Amino acid sequence: MSLKIDQDHSRFRAIVRGKIRQNLRRYISKGELMGKQGKEVVSIPIPQIDIPRFRFADKQQGGVGQGDGDPGDPLSGGDPQPGDGQGQAGGDAGEHALEAEVTLDELAEILGEELALPEIENKGKSAIVDKKDRYVGIRNVGPNSLRHFKRTFKTALRRQIAMGNYDPKNPMVIPTRDDLRFKAWKTEEEPVANAVILYMMDVSGSMGDEQKEIVRIESFWIDTWLRKQYQGIETRFIIHDAVAREVDRDTFFRTRESGGTMISSAYKVAAKIIEDDYPPSEWNIYPFHFSDGDNWSVDDTLLCVELLKTKILPAANVFCYGQVESPYGSGQFIKDLREHFSKEERLITSEIRDRDAIVGSIRDFLGKGK
Amino acid sequence: MSSFVMKTQLPAYLRDWQEIIEGHAREHGLDFFPTVFEVLPYDRINEIAAYGGFPSRYPHWRFGMEYEQLAKSHEYGLSKIYELVINNNPAIAYLLEGNSMVDQKLVMAHVLGHVDFFKNNFAFAVTNQGRDPRDGSPIRKWVDTMANHGAVVRRWSNRVGIERVEELIDVCLSLENLIDPQKPFVPPPERKGPLASLDEVLDEAAEPHLLRVDRDYMESFINPDEFVEEQRRKLVEEKERQKRFPESPRRDVLDFLLEHAPLERWEHDVLEVIRSEAYYFLPQMQTKIMNEGWASYWHSRLMTTRICDASEIVDYADRNAGVMATAPGRLNPYKLGVELYRHIEERWDKGQFGKEWEECQSWEQRRSWDRRTGLGRAKIFEVRKLYTDVTFIDEFLTEDFVVDQKLYSFGFNHRNDRWEVESRTFTDVKQRLLTQLTNAGNPIIRVVDANHGNRGELLLTHDHMGVDLRLDWAREVLRALVRLWRRPVEIHTIVEEKPTSLRFDGKEHAQRAIK
Repeated sequence: MSLKIDQDHSRFRAIVRGKIRQNLRRYISKGELMGKQGKEVVSIPIPQIDIPRFRFADKQQGGVGQGDGDPGDPLSGGDPQPGDGQGQAGGDAGEHALEAEVTLDELAEILGEELALPEIENKGKSAIVDKKDRYVGIRNVGPNSLRHFKRTFKTALRRQIAMGNYDPKNPMVIPTRDDLRFKAWKTEEEPVANAVILYMMDVSGSMGDEQKEIVRIESFWIDTWLRKQYQGIETRFIIHDAVAREVDRDTFFRTRESGGTMISSAYKVAAKIIEDDYPPSEWNIYPFHFSDGDNWSVDDTLLCVELLKTKILPAANVFCYGQVESPYGSGQFIKDLREHFSKEERLITSEIRDRDAIVGSIRDFLGKGK
Repeated sequence: MSSFVMKTQLPAYLRDWQEIIEGHAREHGLDFFPTVFEVLPYDRINEIAAYGGFPSRYPHWRFGMEYEQLAKSHEYGLSKIYELVINNNPAIAYLLEGNSMVDQKLVMAHVLGHVDFFKNNFAFAVTNQGRDPRDGSPIRKWVDTMANHGAVVRRWSNRVGIERVEELIDVCLSLENLIDPQKPFVPPPERKGPLASLDEVLDEAAEPHLLRVDRDYMESFINPDEFVEEQRRKLVEEKERQKRFPESPRRDVLDFLLEHAPLERWEHDVLEVIRSEAYYFLPQMQTKIMNEGWASYWHSRLMTTRICDASEIVDYADRNAGVMATAPGRLNPYKLGVELYRHIEERWDKGQFGKEWEECQSWEQRRSWDRRTGLGRAKIFEVRKLYTDVTFIDEFLTEDFVVDQKLYSFGFNHRNDRWEVESRTFTDVKQRLLTQLTNAGNPIIRVVDANHGNRGELLLTHDHMGVDLRLDWAREVLRALVRLWRRPVEIHTIVEEKPTSLRFDGKEHAQRAIK
């Protein structure tokens, strides 16, 4: 059935087309999207055009809420709605909607849909499988430790009613041996983690907080998307200035070092990790490197190119280099990479000027479906 | 049952339930318009909700946007609309196809609460379009009115082009909230002829008014120099005021533009449509908490005491809990409203009001205070008739209530760059709540001068009450105003504690401090 709204809707889409990306960008680059990652709840960007009105500046206005917490405690969960949405024109009394939460999985799906990301092709490696036992059914025999209490009593009750010796006034249910039910399991084969993301980040003095925040947001979305694509996924983190080391996730995003930058150091560590832990025949490997593009010397850059050519690229599905613009970096490295790998499809470079550019850069990285 | 109800496509089993529920509601004293229920599939409900309840409204992309949001959140399983009710006589309400029986009953009970509120709350009287001569019931044929608006806009679109009309609607929507909530209650001033107004205007040469002095030596005591000076100043001010236009600041900016902006016929019509609809939706914004609270009060009362059987009560409770859920940083009007009605009912049932109660300091005594006055039910019916959200909160939000309901105020802490709980003090919470409800959450803007600087420019002021305007948007609104006024427009406000003027002359924006 065609609806009257279709006209207005297609008109809206027509207006938005071209604008749609900016709107999405603005939402996606909101810092607080990260806040809920632990609980796996994130708000979803939907394209929207705001009609400007005389309104109050939100951050001055504040609002009233209900619940626990002492003065000074942060409000958890999403963007608060100061002003209670009261001023919205056309607010119908009695139109009410229930909100539900979205899982990361669904979020990834929505992201993929909004950005039109292609599904990633598995490199066709021999998947390793793991055997796992799972309770899937019920059977009549089994060890007592697996007895299914509820089902047992249900069967007993059914039998007693059928036999006519169940008295609702004195509801006593006594299972006999035949009533006993046990959980049954099945052994399933599960593919184990077969993809790994290697995050590398330049933490030298020239990378500021804003630059790191951008990397954090971008890596969150990359994570979300790749996790959707592969059954299991591992992540490893490498930070570097003049020397590189492997760290855990937390340290990765928090560390701030100073000093010079030798990108080759990170590539060496990455190459070693791949060599030691992730044989390319069995793993899909995704190295991502974020930097402001300032490298120590031309020699080091040449070394990087060498490492990429001989060690990393042959093993990886794709190598992604994101260059975050910073006031200090020269931004030379991306040019060098482009020069040396102009024909290499599996090396993807992307410049991330600011938060608004994150979406575009995600599309650059993942849009090829490798 | 009146005949129109029979004409709808409501399945028989729902129609039976409608009659049963309406019977229960009437027994409890609810007084509602005849209500037409219709069952619709979700895409139709989303469509109608996108149009603000009126499927025949004027065409505009923003409804398409609303639809996309509703449709997407439905598809992604984020939310779904359960019910939709329109303030119209007869009231029209939509039920979602495929909802469980418990849900449908809940929605019907809830809707009857809303319709009772529409009919009886004084703020909604402004949506009356006259009275039926037969039985004196209010005429509210807004479904027809909106359809007429739609026809007007469509016809002009055909005549002058859809692009131009749509662009103008965008402009008008930017100004949609510049209306005067008090205006419908004040009779329009009598129009004076030009001559009368000339009579009223003071002579240029008028002398300041001094007190009569019988004895000369008293002159300096009865009319001391300061007093004379003051009177002279007042006179000058008065003369200035009379030269100004409008004479006193106007809140209804849309009306002012309709009357005085150099609009073409089609522009006038479009603006008129926007203004009329803005006034229609105003009472719903002014009574969000009361209206939702009232409907929730009645759905829970009817469902738990009359409608649900034992097999349904858990499902009902689950649904109700979803509606009443609170989240940090969000005030749930359903929850706040229903709790406040219950609080009032309890207080008036136990006689916890009046001088004696207010003056009682003993916690022990207050806690066990029960005069068995039993006035609760009567009181909440009175409240639903005579209050709007602002007065409702102002009069009935008590310290006990704030503590019981764990209300707090929150704000943005720039030092920590995050939203934080600010205070749980009664006065802070109440103050914040009232501030954000005042003028339905909109800044108060007035037209001050239509000939600003003697150059035919429009001057507005913003009554700054502690919160700045959102500046990027304010500039866009000025642009919209210039589009209609066709001369530069300026607004005086306060930015970061400094009096500031924002001005748009059609080409560029200027912002400067004023003394």
